[in-house]
Amino acid sequence: MPEWLIDILITLTKIVIVEGVILTAVAYSVYAERRVSAFTQNRIGPNRVGPAGLLQPLVDVVKLLMKEDIVPAKANRLVHALAPGISILVALSTFAVIPFGDKILLAGREIKLQIADVNIGILYILALVSLGVYGVTLSGWSSNSKYSLLGGLRSSAQMISYELSMGLAVLGVILINGSFELDTIVQNQFGWKWNIILQPIGFLTFLVSAFAETNRTPFDLPEAEQELVGGYHTEYSSMKFAMFFLAEYANVIVASSVITTLYLGGWQFPYLQTFGLPDMLVSILQVLAFCGKVFLMVLFFIWVRWTIPRFRYDQLMNLGWKAMLPLALANLVLTAIILTLFKT
Amino acid sequence: MLESYIPIMLVLSFALIFAVVMINLSSLLGPSKPDKEKLSTYESGMEPIGTARERFSVKYYMVAVSFILFDLEVVFLYPWAISFINFPKAEMVYSLIVALIFIFILFVGLIYEYKKGVLKWD
Repeated sequence: MPEWLIDILITLTKIVIVEGVILTAVAYSVYAERRVSAFTQNRIGPNRVGPAGLLQPLVDVVKLLMKEDIVPAKANRLVHALAPGISILVALSTFAVIPFGDKILLAGREIKLQIADVNIGILYILALVSLGVYGVTLSGWSSNSKYSLLGGLRSSAQMISYELSMGLAVLGVILINGSFELDTIVQNQFGWKWNIILQPIGFLTFLVSAFAETNRTPFDLPEAEQELVGGYHTEYSSMKFAMFFLAEYANVIVASSVITTLYLGGWQFPYLQTFGLPDMLVSILQVLAFCGKVFLMVLFFIWVRWTIPRFRYDQLMNLGWKAMLPLALANLVLTAIILTLFKT
Repeated sequence: MLESYIPIMLVLSFALIFAVVMINLSSLLGPSKPDKEKLSTYESGMEPIGTARERFSVKYYMVAVSFILFDLEVVFLYPWAISFINFPKAEMVYSLIVALIFIFILFVGLIYEYKKGVLKWD
């Protein structure tokens, strides 16, 4: 077989495995959300289908597949179908540049545990995150319903406001590492040199912006149930609705992975190299470390959702423009000054 | 150089195929019994009043305009940030001063918007 064909086959294998894991993780984060919310509210939650309700996500997918696909008569049919597509496309492809492990040697071949090792990884993520706003806005507009329109409008204004502080917070990490490559950034966080220690303000800003970007509580105004029914996906049913649902949780997982990669050391497992374990086991443990960190972040997202009440819209905008943006700018200036002072 | 983008193309096509299949699947598998009430716009069970194609608050528009301004300025900071740590000390100090002037202008713009009440929601 020619060399390029092998490369493509390896890439395809990685894509199938990674996307499979993400889709499964999405299904089970929905389950986790329902169980955690039930636990928080002193209920039981889904526990009937399979052991401890573990088959519930599968049943939900089948149910949604068998539902009638309703397109409102006044809706713009093409855009109405396009919007969930954009949402899920963005949510599923952002993970491509995230490294989930170190290089491994398999059959004499060095394989990077990362789908695409591009040198502009961070820019790719930021670009796709800003594309995500189209799915929400277009669904809000095309449904031709007041709730959807308001949800879409709120969401677009919110997402672009917090995108600024997100981009500025990332700049701190770039300043320290001098690279857009996520692999380099993870390599530099060897041991306990995690960026959360070097960039505490940046981490905080990024975390808050990530909550706003994924439309999660306390920033879930686009679908504030009490005032907007379902928000931008009020007029969606069956699989199109499921696509928005999937995209929301995929975004939570991707946001957790990005936070892990940028600030929590990615796949780095402190002191692992000192034990003298075989290389393969070290690699596996590193992948597991990455998964564990992402899992804890997802759990944190869910925990926050069921603990903190929703912001009012003016509070949300004030926080974004008058607190997060100056804070991110201050973090950037501070990082640059400290870097200059310590330069020899 | 460009080869490293082939995996990204593959991921995007995978996601595209997934999206197209999933969105069309339920119209194949699900029932289809549309009627007038079902296809009408949802408005909490009432007859819809007016349309959704109405004018909306200008503030959303203002936010979008200021986003474009600030986002462009943030984008200009990226090339500086990526090369900053690799500079020798003297050039680092110089580029820091230049960047500080740039960020100061950005910040003055934010203060101006704040004073003009663009960011006010009530």
